[in-house]
Amino acid sequence: MSFMPYVAPEQLMKDRSDYAHKGIARGRSVIGLEYADGLLCIAENPSATLHKISEIYDKAVFAGVGKYSEFEELRIAGIRLADLRGYQYGREDVKARDLANAYSQALSSIFTQQMKPYEVEILVGEVDGGSGGSSIYHILFDGSVSDEQGYVAMGGHSEDLMDTLRDRYQEGWDLATAIRTAVQVLGTTPEPREIAADQIEAGVLDRTRVQRRKFRRLAAEELAGFLA
Amino acid sequence: MSDHLQPRLGGTPFGASPSFADLVRRERPEALPVAQTDARGADLVVPHGTTVLGLKYADGMLMAGDRRATAGNQIADAKMRKVFPADDYSAIAIAGAAGQAIEVVKLFQLELEHYEKITGDRLSLEGKANRLAQMIRQNFPMALQGLVVVPLFGGFDDRRGEGRIFYYDATGGRWEEDDFQTTGSGGGPAKNSLKKRWRPGLTRDEAIRVAVEALIDAAEDDAATGGPDTVRKIWPVLIAVTAQGAEDVPEDQVVAAVEAVLQERGA
Repeated sequence: MSFMPYVAPEQLMKDRSDYAHKGIARGRSVIGLEYADGLLCIAENPSATLHKISEIYDKAVFAGVGKYSEFEELRIAGIRLADLRGYQYGREDVKARDLANAYSQALSSIFTQQMKPYEVEILVGEVDGGSGGSSIYHILFDGSVSDEQGYVAMGGHSEDLMDTLRDRYQEGWDLATAIRTAVQVLGTTPEPREIAADQIEAGVLDRTRVQRRKFRRLAAEELAGFLA
Repeated sequence: MSDHLQPRLGGTPFGASPSFADLVRRERPEALPVAQTDARGADLVVPHGTTVLGLKYADGMLMAGDRRATAGNQIADAKMRKVFPADDYSAIAIAGAAGQAIEVVKLFQLELEHYEKITGDRLSLEGKANRLAQMIRQNFPMALQGLVVVPLFGGFDDRRGEGRIFYYDATGGRWEEDDFQTTGSGGGPAKNSLKKRWRPGLTRDEAIRVAVEALIDAAEDDAATGGPDTVRKIWPVLIAVTAQGAEDVPEDQVVAAVEAVLQERGA
């Protein structure tokens, strides 16, 4: 018969949180920011096929950092939720806020109830159909969710990246400026360096697209063109 | 029937199922149409869509449909749309019980979109055609009650670099067609028309003309098929699918083809 030694809840939560932080810090970062025509998600990602950024629904995008298997599972759950909602009700009834809430609930119960927390941070972004603004929800491994204004950085060095973005971010950038600046910002930490175009993954929610689905993944050549 | 696209490993699901239809069947079965065991289909008068056709041409394939839906000998709808893009590179046209058919189209469109989002890849044209066959087969109990759905499916196969057309029967049987195919109540006269007018390597304009002419022929012989209505401006719907994607043929081009055919006939 084995006995669990008493661990104070504060200590338990702190241990789990440290564990998750460590896992996330091992991976590379993602930046999400608003530009003139919508929302840009950009990441340093040496793989061209294992994506960090992807489409969830007509006007919603998903990005994740940390452990691939875990944010991939969250991504698929999000697509399922969105597609089921849209089928049962209407396409315009699928909202990023509902997705963010669902993720927050799921991550929160995983954090408190499972053996180990998910080592992930995720972003759910949305553009509306008209000329209005975008929303960016940033959800942490413990389920805490924040509604970000203009830009967000996630991953191991997110605090440094957020500081740099705070200094450099301006509203109303065109796509080229947004991409160039975001790549420069990603290259400031952990040590200053130049990131090649083939190490970049990027996707946009472009509200000027005529198609119903506003998400578009930027092809390697297109990115190279912007960064040349 | 559930989860047939998701294998299992040691009792747990292995991989994420990319099928939306399976997802709905598992999570929200009440949202799907179901066959009523006590319903007698023969007594049921519901709107039916009539004539649709698909044909290959030089750049890809073209799909076309008239606009009439009938319920018994009433015209239920004079402006119904029966030809839809299935995704960016394929199109589906339906004949049969209209409500049921539109549900099949909606589910099929979502199936393709869901697969694309989950896997990050588009299904091959062959894969899409097979999946549609399975969905029609699942509708078979409804077909026995009189709610038959018979679609045409086609698209641009980027692996072969050509347009392809598939047609189906109510049991989910699937055949590939080399040149053109029609279905629906006016399918006979439309097919006879295509037999005379179609030839390999038609240009886009010729293909539009041939398709419109076949629909006009169908409307002349079949009471359930609606001809172009020049007074109320109701024109057939055409979708062209090429290597550049699927798009509606603009109305002015359809109108020009209709007018050319009618003029030739002395209208």
